[in-house]
Amino acid sequence: MSVITSRRAAPRAGSYVAMVLATIVLGAPLLWMVLASVKTPGELYQLPLQWLPSQLTTDNYAQAAETVPLGRLLLNSIGLTIAGAGLKVVLGLCCAYALVFLDFPFKKIVFGLVIATLMIPPQITIIPNYTLVASLGWLNTYQGILVPGLASAFGTFLFRQHFLTLPASILEAAELDGAGHWRKLWRFVVPMSAPTLAAVALVSVVTEWNDYLWPFLVIDNPQKMTLPVGLTLLQNIDGMTNWGVLLAATVVVTLPILLVFLVLQRRLVAGLTAGAVTG
Amino acid sequence: MTTVDTPPAPTAPAPPASVPPSSTRRAPRTRLGTRRRRSALVWALILAGPNVALLLVFVYRPLLESFYLSTLQWNLGSPVARSIGLGNYVAWFNAPSTPTVVTTTLVFTLATVGGAMVLGLGLALLLDRKIAGRGFARTVAFAPYVLSGFAVGILWLFMFDPRYGLVQELLGLVGLPSPQWYTERPWPLVMVIVVYLWKNLGYVALIYLAGLQSVPQDLKDAAALDGASPARTLWSIVLPLLTPTTFFLLVTMLLSSLQSFDIIKAMTQGGPLGSTTTLMYSIYQEGFVNGRAGYASAVATVLFLVLLVVTAVQMRFVQRKVHYA
Repeated sequence: MSVITSRRAAPRAGSYVAMVLATIVLGAPLLWMVLASVKTPGELYQLPLQWLPSQLTTDNYAQAAETVPLGRLLLNSIGLTIAGAGLKVVLGLCCAYALVFLDFPFKKIVFGLVIATLMIPPQITIIPNYTLVASLGWLNTYQGILVPGLASAFGTFLFRQHFLTLPASILEAAELDGAGHWRKLWRFVVPMSAPTLAAVALVSVVTEWNDYLWPFLVIDNPQKMTLPVGLTLLQNIDGMTNWGVLLAATVVVTLPILLVFLVLQRRLVAGLTAGAVTG
Repeated sequence: MTTVDTPPAPTAPAPPASVPPSSTRRAPRTRLGTRRRRSALVWALILAGPNVALLLVFVYRPLLESFYLSTLQWNLGSPVARSIGLGNYVAWFNAPSTPTVVTTTLVFTLATVGGAMVLGLGLALLLDRKIAGRGFARTVAFAPYVLSGFAVGILWLFMFDPRYGLVQELLGLVGLPSPQWYTERPWPLVMVIVVYLWKNLGYVALIYLAGLQSVPQDLKDAAALDGASPARTLWSIVLPLLTPTTFFLLVTMLLSSLQSFDIIKAMTQGGPLGSTTTLMYSIYQEGFVNGRAGYASAVATVLFLVLLVVTAVQMRFVQRKVHYA
């Protein structure tokens, strides 16, 4: 082996070791969570620590479902995520179509108004929105969770960026064929926007699913809670004494999004990092 | 697009705002033109109206109302409110807890932003090497970023459990005693910083990776031919070319770190003795735990101003970036 290749091989081995170590450190907590959720209390509270469970038990999941209505929480989360993300995508699509393909007065101001909301931290709106939602009688309701967060600024922005790149000729041809705006939007613009559509939809799904502070403030009825809020309830009931149960519920909160991420990684990452391109 | 799971380079300019392909724009002022303009207006109301209305009601209205609420002595849900001008702001500046909150916010923000930038760049440099398994490593690194912050907090609380946690076990393996992560200052703050880093590292690494892949290979080759060491090439060629990426990440991480809530809520509830209460957390604490909604609105306004300054700095720089490239 020549001097040059061996000098090259050494850093390569070094980076390989570093990468493996980094992967273990970053991945271990998730693995540890899943393992702990299927261990018996005896195995969990045993010193020195037992790394692998001797047998898989679903007791922790069953007990979590007894303490909080886990199935109901899962349905609530799925329903609210689909409704929230779906409506957000439609609102963003329509708004961006108007901003790009329609001519109307104060268009620039409307666009500025939409974009500026990206810079307004949601935290400052929480107290007034809470008061409004309470006065509408929307505390402990699905619309109370859903409606205040529906408006789409990020989606509108990404859709607009994409629409500006669409070939004008196709839309002009559609117009000559007598297609109205509604038809142009759904038959021509939407089919030409699949990647952006997927990115915006996936980012919305992740944000809606993980959203915590707002649903936590608006809901205290367990039947109406989302999964992350239900996890708080479980933490308050079980304290830190019952790790297996708490971690079983944590798996239920994280696993669905983890699966979405693993299956649709490329589109989701493209959406989540889109700010870097446009910012 | 290749199969590489990275976004386009942040240095790529946004597409120019070309004139929209709308034939209505060119419509002559005939009766037909007027009718088309009117129809465009109706369609604009139908299509953009709902989104704009929601933004006005749930973002702009509360923004303005929050400024107003900050001038009131008012408790959440109470029918009585008294106007006290800037009284809440004066009270905040003089409150005995304020210096602690400001210090905690500073430490948390600097450690999370600085740590994420340095470690993220390191991870990106590793993942930029053409070695087997880097796709898997990238997936593992990015996964925590998409998970619920609250769930992540619970999971790490177990990791840090002083008796049965994995962290104390690993520290024990190298002969170190486990600190009292839950109770003894400054460990609770260190704990939430570590968790925040774990969750956001993959994002920083991925953005840096995209930046690294846009650095022209011939520049690096030329430097190597001139006898520059890899470290020297990184410092003098690669890092300067990554400046726009670094700046973008700095601002993004600053904004998200200043607004982080879920992890702290899950792990420490701002305690013990307020040692993990950041500015953001104190808004929730004052407004919804102590019920002092007027005072909390004043704290929210302070946070809003801080975020506004960060954003303003960013907007100034974005214009300069053009000269750089």
